[in-house]
Amino acid sequence: MTIKFTQDHEYIAVEGPTGTVGITAYAQDQLGDIVFVELPSIGKALKKGEEAAVVESVKAASDIYAPVSGTVTAVNDELSGDPGLVNRDPTGTGWMFKISISDPAELDGLMDEVAYAEIAK
Amino acid sequence: MRYLPHSEAERAEMLGVIGADSIEALFSAVPENALQKAPLDLPSHAAEFMVEAHMRALAARNHAASDGPFFVGAGAYRHHVPASVDHLIQRSEWLTAYTPYQPEISQGTLQMLFEFQTQVARITGMDVANASLYDGSTGTAEAVLMARRLTKRRKIILSGGLHPHYRDVVRAYLKDDPHLICLSPSPEGQGDILDRIDEDTAAIVVQTPDFYGHLRNVKVAADAAHAKGALLIVVVTEVVSLGLLEAPGALGADIVVAEGQSIGNSLNFGGPYVGLMATKKEYIRQMPGRLCGETVDANGERGFVLTLSTREQHIRREKATSNICTNSGLCALAFSIHMALLGEAGFVRLARLNHARACVLADALERVKGIELLNKTFFNEMTIRLPKPGAEVIETLAARGILAGVPASRLVSDDPAVESLIILAATELTSDADIAALVSGLEEVLA
Repeated sequence: MTIKFTQDHEYIAVEGPTGTVGITAYAQDQLGDIVFVELPSIGKALKKGEEAAVVESVKAASDIYAPVSGTVTAVNDELSGDPGLVNRDPTGTGWMFKISISDPAELDGLMDEVAYAEIAK
Repeated sequence: MRYLPHSEAERAEMLGVIGADSIEALFSAVPENALQKAPLDLPSHAAEFMVEAHMRALAARNHAASDGPFFVGAGAYRHHVPASVDHLIQRSEWLTAYTPYQPEISQGTLQMLFEFQTQVARITGMDVANASLYDGSTGTAEAVLMARRLTKRRKIILSGGLHPHYRDVVRAYLKDDPHLICLSPSPEGQGDILDRIDEDTAAIVVQTPDFYGHLRNVKVAADAAHAKGALLIVVVTEVVSLGLLEAPGALGADIVVAEGQSIGNSLNFGGPYVGLMATKKEYIRQMPGRLCGETVDANGERGFVLTLSTREQHIRREKATSNICTNSGLCALAFSIHMALLGEAGFVRLARLNHARACVLADALERVKGIELLNKTFFNEMTIRLPKPGAEVIETLAARGILAGVPASRLVSDDPAVESLIILAATELTSDADIAALVSGLEEVLA
């Protein structure tokens, strides 16, 4: 599994043709207590950079963009009952949606863990 | 605002800074033939007492709603507003910031908005209400946009019984959206709106009592919408009806929008009015407008704050749920105070009284030769068919000091089917003498 990062502090964990998308530990810390996550519908086709989800904290409501193009194959329904999962375990049980990647080459434009660590300092 | 006159020297200085040699030069971009050269044809100044006399003479030419028998409704209703409402809304406790972001200085306004929301949620039978919108029509447009966000579908169907002004406002909000379907006005029935719902439909918009006064079957509309995964938006233009009719929320409505003018607010020449909006708890995050919540402060004392505001424009800018949803704070306050004075029992009595007066009116109209009452159901408003054009009859009676209602043709254009229809409303202020005057006027005009 490879993990890639975007400038908007999202991660995509890639396993074969599918990527799991969420926000980074740094992002959840900046947002504060997350109170609501609005997820895309399954089957929705997304273009890279398109708004995919909205994460709402006590401070702000922020858009989550598709890190790559593809189709939404699953969403994390656990977040409707417990949005705090994004705070407690952002890269684990706090994932948001899974996307079937239509163009793997788009992943090359994203940052790896080392490069992201630099901007999330 | 201060008045800051400019002296010649100041004008010259400003022109110098701009680099223009005269004030006229500032208008050089305007084509010559579009410029107004000659002075406007306006009277010159006059003494204060002359202006007063002039204004009095102008005012005397008005025929106010309370000057004689009055049966005008169609979205704006003349009700009694107790003098105590006007007195109480002027108390200093309410005179806090227009938009109460700072709870520490705005508890009066915030508590009032919280009470207002509670009242609106209760009378509509919904879980939550916002702190008001401009009016019923803009509220309807906001509800349509909200339904699209919730369902992620495009198609919107407006019932033919929706007030034509409300329809026009929705059209203006959605511009020339091909997914907006406006059914033609149907003075005599429910229309075929329920057959038009499909899997692309975000919402249907149904008004009850509708523009012609008929009560619509909210339960049937809700079931039909929900069967296709669409939402039902219920619109109420006469909010007093909610004192008597079953709450739309109890019948399955997803969003309820109402015009609140009837409670606490005068006719106000058509505005400002106050839009009510209520919905189910699960839809709260897509509801536009301000929302006030109850909380406790650092000392554990009860207090009020604006809540869920991360979706509002001061935080989310162009991605806010709405950028055109200012609340009508003062009108909402008047609504809230009048409603509190009435109480639940008083609100129900007011509604019963309105319906009772409308029944007296309907009976009287049905006895007039040549008049056909179209309604099988009504709350306080009804439509009649005359043997001659409605607008003509209204004009003739108005000249005699009787405002006999609204000719349907004034609001529904280019439809010969409505030319002979007039819409009449009765309220608690409609007296037997008013009805007798109307009936004898109609008998003469139709004879």
